[in-house]
Amino acid sequence: MSRLFAVTNVLGMVIMIFGLTMLLPLAISFWLDDTALFAHSQAILITIFCGLVMTLVTRWHRRELQVRDGFLLVVLVWSVLPLFATLPFMFFMPHLGFTDAYFEAASGITTTGSTVLSDLDKLPPSINLWRGELQWLGGMGLIVLAVAILPLLGVGGRQMFKAETPGPMKDTKLTPRIAETAKGLWLIYAGITLACIVAYRLAGMNWLDAVMHAFTTLSLGGTSSHDASFGYWDSPLIEGIAIFFMLIAGVNFASHFLVWRAKSFSPYRHDPEAGMFILITAGSCIGLAFYLWFMDVYPDPLTALRYASFNTVSVATTTGYASTDYYLWPIFAPLWMLFLSSFCSSSGSTGGGIKMIRAQLLFKQVFREMIVIMHPQAVSPVKLGGSVVPNRIVFAVLAFLSIYIASIVSMTLILALSGLDLITALSAVVACINNLGPGFSQVGPATTFAVLTDFQIWVCSFAMLLGRLELFTLLIVFTPAFWRK
Amino acid sequence: MKIIILGAGRVGTSVAENLVSEANDITMVDVASDKLLLLQDHLDLRTVVGNASHPSVLIRAGAEDADMILAVTQSDETNLVACKLAATMFNTPTKIARIHSANFLAYPEIFSAENFSVDFVICPEQILTEYIEKLIEFPEALQVLDFANGKVSLVAVRAFHGGPLVGRELQELRQHVPNVDTRVAAIFRKDRPIIPEGDTVIEAEDEVFFLAAAKDIRSVMREMRRMDKPVERVMIAGGGNIGKRLAKALEKDYQVKIIEYDKRASERLAADLHHALVLHGDATDEDLLESENVAEMDMFCALTNDDENNIMSALLAKRMGARKVIALINRSAYVDLVQSGSIDIAISPAQVTIGSLLAHVRRGDVAAVHSLRRGAAEALELVVHGDAGSSNVVGRKVADIRLPKGVTIGAIVRGLPTAENRDWGSHEEKKETKDATSGRDAQVLIAHHDTIIEAEDHVVVFVINKKLIHQVEKLFQVGVGFL
Repeated sequence: MSRLFAVTNVLGMVIMIFGLTMLLPLAISFWLDDTALFAHSQAILITIFCGLVMTLVTRWHRRELQVRDGFLLVVLVWSVLPLFATLPFMFFMPHLGFTDAYFEAASGITTTGSTVLSDLDKLPPSINLWRGELQWLGGMGLIVLAVAILPLLGVGGRQMFKAETPGPMKDTKLTPRIAETAKGLWLIYAGITLACIVAYRLAGMNWLDAVMHAFTTLSLGGTSSHDASFGYWDSPLIEGIAIFFMLIAGVNFASHFLVWRAKSFSPYRHDPEAGMFILITAGSCIGLAFYLWFMDVYPDPLTALRYASFNTVSVATTTGYASTDYYLWPIFAPLWMLFLSSFCSSSGSTGGGIKMIRAQLLFKQVFREMIVIMHPQAVSPVKLGGSVVPNRIVFAVLAFLSIYIASIVSMTLILALSGLDLITALSAVVACINNLGPGFSQVGPATTFAVLTDFQIWVCSFAMLLGRLELFTLLIVFTPAFWRK
Repeated sequence: MKIIILGAGRVGTSVAENLVSEANDITMVDVASDKLLLLQDHLDLRTVVGNASHPSVLIRAGAEDADMILAVTQSDETNLVACKLAATMFNTPTKIARIHSANFLAYPEIFSAENFSVDFVICPEQILTEYIEKLIEFPEALQVLDFANGKVSLVAVRAFHGGPLVGRELQELRQHVPNVDTRVAAIFRKDRPIIPEGDTVIEAEDEVFFLAAAKDIRSVMREMRRMDKPVERVMIAGGGNIGKRLAKALEKDYQVKIIEYDKRASERLAADLHHALVLHGDATDEDLLESENVAEMDMFCALTNDDENNIMSALLAKRMGARKVIALINRSAYVDLVQSGSIDIAISPAQVTIGSLLAHVRRGDVAAVHSLRRGAAEALELVVHGDAGSSNVVGRKVADIRLPKGVTIGAIVRGLPTAENRDWGSHEEKKETKDATSGRDAQVLIAHHDTIIEAEDHVVVFVINKKLIHQVEKLFQVGVGFL
């Protein structure tokens, strides 16, 4: 029980910090004098009060967190914070059920970007901003933020950092102190976001839209304040800027950090994922553009390239913006895009899926197997970027892939059991577990998740958390061994 | 000359053997007293037991008035420290260090006078690797040795029936390959040297040494024998220092398979090599060689530390159908034993690497020395200084120089950068000058009777018998008048 108390103590502090982040929509609401001021102020009070109580009640149990405590804390943070994030929604839209509100909040915080809300353009700006800010906070990670701000997490902070950061290899420290790393990452993230805001503003968005969309671009979340998403502006320039920043956010932020510190671009060259990520994404854009042109979806190749690039980059990086209803394209195109979303973005980026590095390792493992069959005595380690990857990590990646596929299959079956058609069920699960956003058919880019039943919504919410915490972190808490003394 | 050799390993011993016979005072330092006792018994030298990086040991070895320190212990660190000590405490004029690790070699500035003060850095593994690389590039040759930064090569090739020039007089060579300038420096027939003249007839089985610019090697060799097809597949037995370097150098251009016996070493090897296929196993294991298609190999190189293993695996590979086999053999007795058998080329590491050390011991300005035919003969690259008055060679035609019998001037390279930039080792700017000047300005002249030698020329001299070297050194030395 003492574990739960110790973890609750820290959780309380994280909740208080989270409460403070609600000040931004409150300020906007106050400034623009919209109708949601009441909702925000109540939400802040409740959140900070709850956090305070949790911290104070458990203050005698405060101690250095251990590895297992770390996992528990991460899971609790990611499942409890959406509860508080729902408060502004619940207060402002009482007709919205708790299920839908939780889905909306979890979809924000896990950077999925699926929504159950429609008529987005009519929501007060502060509520839309809160949806964007949730994604931005979840993009770089709440624990990373907590580690950067709260020194008290100590050594345990490192474990949580690892539990939260996506990617199979997390032992390379960028700085000797983990708090410095966390601060550096957040600064880079914030800096690039600022650049993105300015770029959007200059390209023609208003300030509010620029901030909101920069938040959701850099976090690869994909929530928009318009029903038509990027189709609202219909501007190639804005789409170009979005593509650029989505690609930046799809690269490991550790590489951005190194580039910033070394003041040279060479760390990108040493990043084994970045090159492949850009190559595959760019190749897919051009290939799909040709395909769409060839299939007569678009009359001229340039238009085809414009729509293919924006939607492909958006889906491949698991952002989920749409500039058109791509589900209406010939089925190969959306399927290929969905496939890309499951592996394209880099580890340590804000994207979802199994990450490029795992895909590369799996691919190399296949090659190794073939070499060993041909040359039984060959010594053929799996190598990435010129250095050997330990077998332990290769096995971990294989296990990860198995669980990933098993999760997709089982949740698709559950959704099918509850009455969804196959395309909708499969695409909804994949879109949620990859933190992508829109799926196909009933949950396609032109519609919302509102058609699903409460039960189906909960399955999708679980899939999002599962995907964001990269399966193991969440699943480990459900094993009996985890709770054994 | 007073020379201190630190480290009585293979390199140290073979240097000592070579230098003792040339009337040098040699002191040998090593921690292993038994090794030194053995050496003292059959070589005329002094020995000191102790750690070569300790000042007191160096003093006991007589470092105060030594002309040269050769640091060739197993440890790079000891060698570096010894050179630094020699520089600070005794101001020793020439300090040579053997460095294994490519990591040190990657930062040449650490060898400069204000740092470790190493005048010349020698990396035997690197020299051996380059030597074998040349043999793979020219699979028909027995030896390919570079002079003047690779502008001129001395090539040894065995003449075979079917070569257009075999059975004909040397002077016909000019008509056979009119556009190529070359000079046959020596011919060994049944291990006896023949001084080549215009009417000398080349016979099958002759070992012919000729000098030519690097680009002409192939066309000259074509005169002596039928050409093989170029090497594509290489198998290397042994992933030690040499095998690994060779595999690394070759893996981009050739299909390389490398066999290593030690499990952990093979894992490290696989980590360092990116294209070569690393196999864990015994190179003398017939099944392994069979399943890895040794019969399809153009070149099989046995490069382990163990002579017997190298001989056996090379013989086995040859028997199983490898086109050409090379074996690394340390013991000179074994080299004689296998050379004319089914092993195509037996390489004695000491013989290959000794030249780079000898270049610094020779009197006069010697840029390169290559030891040939197990030390019996030698090829030197000498730099000519002075003017017509002070030197015996400057301003004279080749025919007019009073060369001892058995010595031939093969080639002259004009316009190479001067001494301080030339030697490899020590200086950072060396690399740049090498790239900047030597490539373009240098001009290769194959020596004919009427070629006139100028000051600062690099002259490549072939000495059939080692005993003549003193006379050659004397001949090329600058007279008293020149300072």
